[in-house]
Amino acid sequence: MAQHQVNYTSSGGLPVALTTVDHLVNWGRSNSLWPLTYGLACCAIEMMAAGGSRYDFDRFGTIFRASPRQSDVMILAGTLSKKHAEFARRLYDQMTEPKWVISMGSCANTGGMFNTYSTVQGVDRIIPVDIYLPGCAPRPETLQYALMMLQKKIRKESANMNKNTKQNLRLM
Amino acid sequence: MQQPNKLSPFFENLNFERDDNTMVINFGPQHPSAHGQLRLILELDGEQVVKAHPDIGYLHRGIEKMAENMTYNEFLPTTDRLDYIASTSNNYAYALAVEKLLAVEVPRRAQVIRTMLLELNRIISHLFFIATHALDVGAMSVFLYAFREREFAMDLMEDYCGARLTHSAVRIGGVPLDIPSDWLANMEKFCANLEHELEHTYNALLQENRIWKMRLENVGVLSAEDALSWGCTGPMLRGSGIAYDIRKEEPYELYGELDFDIPVSDLNDSYGRYRLYMAEMTQSVRIIRQLMPMYADTKPQLMAHAPQYISAPKEEIMTQNYALMQHFVLVTQGMRPPKGEVYVPTESPKGELGFYIKSEGDPYAYRLKCRAPSFFHTGVLQQLLVGVYIADVVTIIGTTNIVFGEVDR
Repeated sequence: MAQHQVNYTSSGGLPVALTTVDHLVNWGRSNSLWPLTYGLACCAIEMMAAGGSRYDFDRFGTIFRASPRQSDVMILAGTLSKKHAEFARRLYDQMTEPKWVISMGSCANTGGMFNTYSTVQGVDRIIPVDIYLPGCAPRPETLQYALMMLQKKIRKESANMNKNTKQNLRLM
Repeated sequence: MQQPNKLSPFFENLNFERDDNTMVINFGPQHPSAHGQLRLILELDGEQVVKAHPDIGYLHRGIEKMAENMTYNEFLPTTDRLDYIASTSNNYAYALAVEKLLAVEVPRRAQVIRTMLLELNRIISHLFFIATHALDVGAMSVFLYAFREREFAMDLMEDYCGARLTHSAVRIGGVPLDIPSDWLANMEKFCANLEHELEHTYNALLQENRIWKMRLENVGVLSAEDALSWGCTGPMLRGSGIAYDIRKEEPYELYGELDFDIPVSDLNDSYGRYRLYMAEMTQSVRIIRQLMPMYADTKPQLMAHAPQYISAPKEEIMTQNYALMQHFVLVTQGMRPPKGEVYVPTESPKGELGFYIKSEGDPYAYRLKCRAPSFFHTGVLQQLLVGVYIADVVTIIGTTNIVFGEVDR
């Protein structure tokens, strides 16, 4: 299942003197992912629970920040309505590079059970998503697993963000 | 006249271009203490709020419209997503409305389980209130303690129905499952633990805490007349000195037989409401304690016997032809309640939660309206926020305990 510990000999880490810049930078990036407190609906409660005492997100180096300028990852937790969509995009644009997006829950992934006139049918219509996290609502463990998947993904990326395809992605 | 466009919509009472010294600021919809997706447009004179304009609708999902295209049983899981902090109270309010429409009688064991789940949900919701309210005001450690206890309560919910947040633990006509074997013992442990923690952790941390009292006392003062005229219910009304609780006024389920008090606060402010929430949790524990011995005296039937509307138990479906046929019709077509309209109020953790259902005799509701307490409490913000300092805005939003799932629906 989840590779929840950094293998310092292969994933790049401090005890190894000889490493690439990519490994060193990605090690830093992946272990201090600061998400934006962006609770939209029910999933936000599970996101808070993940930051709470039992699940303790802090041990992943994950500290919720209230400002998009200070955060690396946006966890879209909940139903995105059409009225809110422009704010979501604006907040995403306000985040500094490098930035990643976790789409948490069925509503954020596909609109979920709310196939109605007011709901955005998937946040990937608004912003590029890195990790899709299924469930309604996903348990905090699932969110932690998604974050570990994101860490894995970041460790595989190039530290030079210009090389990453996501950077060149033009959605809007 | 402003020119409304997509980025600056038109607000009828607000003029953004100003000649005086006031400043218009935008609060939310993404704000860590906006309790979801509340957007406030605040007009400030210095640091004081002159006018507050709550802008809602950022979580509008069309739930009431969805109800018109879903059979009655299909819609039940959707009610989870209204007040997502205490899902069972929504499930229950909806199920109760449909049951009144069908005029079915719920078996006693189901009633006991339902009442226990409702009170457990009240505890979950109130713990969440204490956690977020304290976090907004700045007491981070209370958040961590309250979430610890809340996880234990959610473990109990998970043992019962398998879900942490979106329970769907109540069905129309009863409950789907009997309680697991050691559930009552765990519940007793939880109650004892909660009582201990309420006394020794939360009260010790907050009740006489000087900063907490300075931040909450005389903040968000709502007089009894105003609370009534704004349509406040639940702790917002009881915090203004009016002892109105639907569990006592119009007892539903087993509340008529149970012995419990309605905590009332005459302080009218946020601190009084905080004390009220703490007292209500103690009362919920008291109710659960009374319900636990009641369970043993009940017969094992869990769903009401109304073959026209509610499927027979699984054993009968598997062994009796007619039960199978009825089950097939109910699953494929849905139940067809008699024509009529019904509104049943219940006391959800946040106030009066009721569903109005108009039935035309079809498997789908002709119109379903959810009377959610948070909607009215969002309206009060227009009055409560006027004249306060901007630092208290967060406290007042916290004390109203609004949840946007049920405000915007």
